[in-house]
Amino acid sequence: METVKMKSGEFLVKDIDAKEIFIPEEFNEEQRMIAQTCRDFMDAEVFPNLDKIDKGDRELMKGILHKAAELGMLGIAVPEEYNGFGQDFVTQMLVAETTGAGYSFSVAYMCHCGIGTMPILYYGNNEQRLRYVSRLATGELIGSYCLTEPGAGSDANSGKTNARLSEDGKHYILNGQKMWITNGGFADTQVVFAKIDNDRILSAFIVESNWPGVVIGPDEHKMGIKGSSTTQIYYNDVKVPVENMLGARGEGFRIALSILHMGRMKLGANVIGAAKQTITDAVRYANERKQFGVLISTFGAIKHKLAQMVIKAYAQESAIYRVSKDVDNLINQYKSEGCDHGRAGIDGISHYAVEDAILKVWGSEMLDFVVDEGVQIHGGMGYSAEMNIDRGYRDSRINRIFEGTNEINRLLVVESATKRAMKGEYDLFGPAKELYENLDNITDGQVAGESYFDQKKRYMKNFKKAIMIMIHATMEKLGKKYMAEQEVVNNLANMIMELYMVESMALRIEKLESINGTRDVYRDMLNVFTYDTAYLIRKNARDAIYSITEGKEADALIKAIKNLTHVEGVNTMAARRRIADRLIEDNEYKF
Amino acid sequence: MKILVCISNVPDTTTKVKFTDNNTKFDSTGVQWVINPWDELALTRALELKDNPASGVKGVTVAHVGPATSEPTIRKALAIGADDAIRVNFEPTEAYQVAAQLAEVIKNEPFDIILCGIESSDYNGSTVGSMLAEFLNAPSVSAVSGLNVENGEATITRDIDGGKETVSVPKPFVAIVQKGIAKEPRIAAMRGIMQARTKQIKVVEPVSVSPLTELIEFEPPKPRAKCIFVDAENPKQLIELLQNEAKVI
Ligand SMILES: Cc1cc2nc3c(=O)[nH]c(=O)nc-3n(C[C@H](O)[C@H](O)[C@H](O)COP(=O)(O)OP(=O)(O)OC[C@H]3O[C@@H](n4cnc5c(N)ncnc54)[C@H](O)[C@@H]3O)c2cc1C
Repeated sequence: METVKMKSGEFLVKDIDAKEIFIPEEFNEEQRMIAQTCRDFMDAEVFPNLDKIDKGDRELMKGILHKAAELGMLGIAVPEEYNGFGQDFVTQMLVAETTGAGYSFSVAYMCHCGIGTMPILYYGNNEQRLRYVSRLATGELIGSYCLTEPGAGSDANSGKTNARLSEDGKHYILNGQKMWITNGGFADTQVVFAKIDNDRILSAFIVESNWPGVVIGPDEHKMGIKGSSTTQIYYNDVKVPVENMLGARGEGFRIALSILHMGRMKLGANVIGAAKQTITDAVRYANERKQFGVLISTFGAIKHKLAQMVIKAYAQESAIYRVSKDVDNLINQYKSEGCDHGRAGIDGISHYAVEDAILKVWGSEMLDFVVDEGVQIHGGMGYSAEMNIDRGYRDSRINRIFEGTNEINRLLVVESATKRAMKGEYDLFGPAKELYENLDNITDGQVAGESYFDQKKRYMKNFKKAIMIMIHATMEKLGKKYMAEQEVVNNLANMIMELYMVESMALRIEKLESINGTRDVYRDMLNVFTYDTAYLIRKNARDAIYSITEGKEADALIKAIKNLTHVEGVNTMAARRRIADRLIEDNEYKF
Repeated sequence: MKILVCISNVPDTTTKVKFTDNNTKFDSTGVQWVINPWDELALTRALELKDNPASGVKGVTVAHVGPATSEPTIRKALAIGADDAIRVNFEPTEAYQVAAQLAEVIKNEPFDIILCGIESSDYNGSTVGSMLAEFLNAPSVSAVSGLNVENGEATITRDIDGGKETVSVPKPFVAIVQKGIAKEPRIAAMRGIMQARTKQIKVVEPVSVSPLTELIEFEPPKPRAKCIFVDAENPKQLIELLQNEAKVI
């Protein structure tokens, strides 16, 4: 069994050897075959039907999910004893990536397999698992997850849906209203969160959609993912058998949050599939469309866009599989310590709270960037509803809103990282204080004749120091209420996110070179990305510094940050052209 | 009754074909390998027949002549539903060698129906199936677009100019199949992928067969000539180009 290499957030203070991380080039044959099955399925059932799907026909989407079920695609994450295939987390993420290219199908599918099924697997007792999970895994039932209410969105624990025990003690009587429920229109089961009596904290229940008193609203008219059913659901004196409570009374909020951790990770993988698909669409168009007598893919402005799209998608991919393997290692560790397998699964995922928030935010913003440039490369045709690029553009936008908005998740990046350090999971504040007290001694640490990767490692170390200094400065200046100054917290979150991305890319490329030898466009990607990241880290640090300090104190911080974010100049034009040229030559995303 | 499906391992059809070593070697770097599409359809039909109890087909085996590096493609066939596989551990340079090796396999372990794709999408030779039948001294039917088996009796439909022809053949026979034999290739289901782990790939050593042909070189297609736009106001330039560049007038 592989041991856990990094705890959540530990990347802020600790370096890891490239050998120790997992990279997507290491997928085994079976994992590749599973991904191929998902691709073949989408080629056969999803892509030929995109327009029909977007008309919002509930039966059509349900039918497609049933066809996916025939191939076993609904049981990938479910253990064999519940009719599934017990695949590890890395494989689940590969499946999430692959199906992420499926527009509305992707949302319906991920909702069913993720938030619709996994709460019962993770928190259900054996009977609940046998009764529901075994049938969700085969598609006999389709699942949904009902947390949000008209008055309770980001503040999820503020919901009003109520459950009270019936007089005979056999049922909970459920009353209330849920909103924005994915798969609502055709799901057979719902994981519903409600408060028992006057409890402050939510509990969770498994509800069947055809029980008396459950009323499903019509589908919402949405900006994108139009083929995915989203409804309100009303509960009018619904009798929920007591044995359908999931977990213990008052455990619902914890369940809800843990499931969101999983959802965020998977969203982080979904967006890669969508981004690669968009990049392929964009380069193919650029390789066909002529203006001024030449293909538009020959223009520098277009190459710049293509290269940026590739770099960002590649970074997200590097980070996703890096953390996925960490999750697998932790799950295996929990299992070996005798933890229930369901709980081991969710505890392993939820542990990586810093990373899942990063991957959700950065990934959804990456995809929004990619689809936006995808539209731009298509010019007027990008604005036409006849092309998939327009669908991708509209469908991408939801990712910044659900699974916790990006605002909430930016806060979580900082809150989780600092809380874990406070709990003593790793020593952040010690070295941070030391750096802060010796700002004048800080240099960029450059040494003569350092190797390519040694230089990159030095940059990463410097970025980490910059972040530690800024965390310390923020807490020093704002005290216990540092989380309340959200603009500054956002600056910290941005710095942390950028670091995780660039470090993941650097580690991947170093490992890749140790397997395949030097391949220049990968170094080009890393060079450009490092150069851009240094600037972003510097900019965010500066914004924070001037928000919380002034005068000499600010000057000292600014000087230290300048040194720590100093990187060698890069001919970004030439590097981006080489990256774009490789994409143009391949005529599809193949990095 | 047992069916053998002969499968070839070919570059994915979207591969950009490049050559190395002075155009004498196919450059396989970065290539994704797949089951030859016609063979995949043959396999699909074989599995459909096996699924139908009235056919009498009890087992479907796939055979491949190639090195260990092609095993992922063989396992894909197992994941799709073949019961077991035979790989002749030999890197053939041309079709005659493939047919000869396959014939040895079948002589040692007889099959009732042998299916080959009409061609492989890499070299498009279209010769393995008929050579194999000749080696086996068995009947062969080419351009097969329909295969039915009931109670052990096979009827075959072939596409002919402007229509179809239906024939029956005694077993064992070689059917060389083309599009139409099955609608869509099957997608490997999760269960199949998991089962493929435990299915057997029997590796047999090759017999010695010298090739009949020798490769001299490959010639990639010439890049498409560039397109020149001539202004409508400028017919002189057009005439000039047609005379001196295209040399057609
Ligand atoms: C298509 C779709 C599908 C969905 N599917 C599901 C589903 O299946 N199940 C389910 O339970 N829910 C689902 N949701 C609900 C989704 O999770 C919520 O919309 C989301 O959590 C945001 O809640 P809200 O819409 O109430 O926005 P609000 O919470 O009202 O947020 C409005 C704005 O205020 C910001 N904001 C809120 N609080 C803070 C804060 N503390 N600090 C800074 N900024 C803040 C937000 O970031 C946002 O920008 C879905 C939503 C959509 C649109």
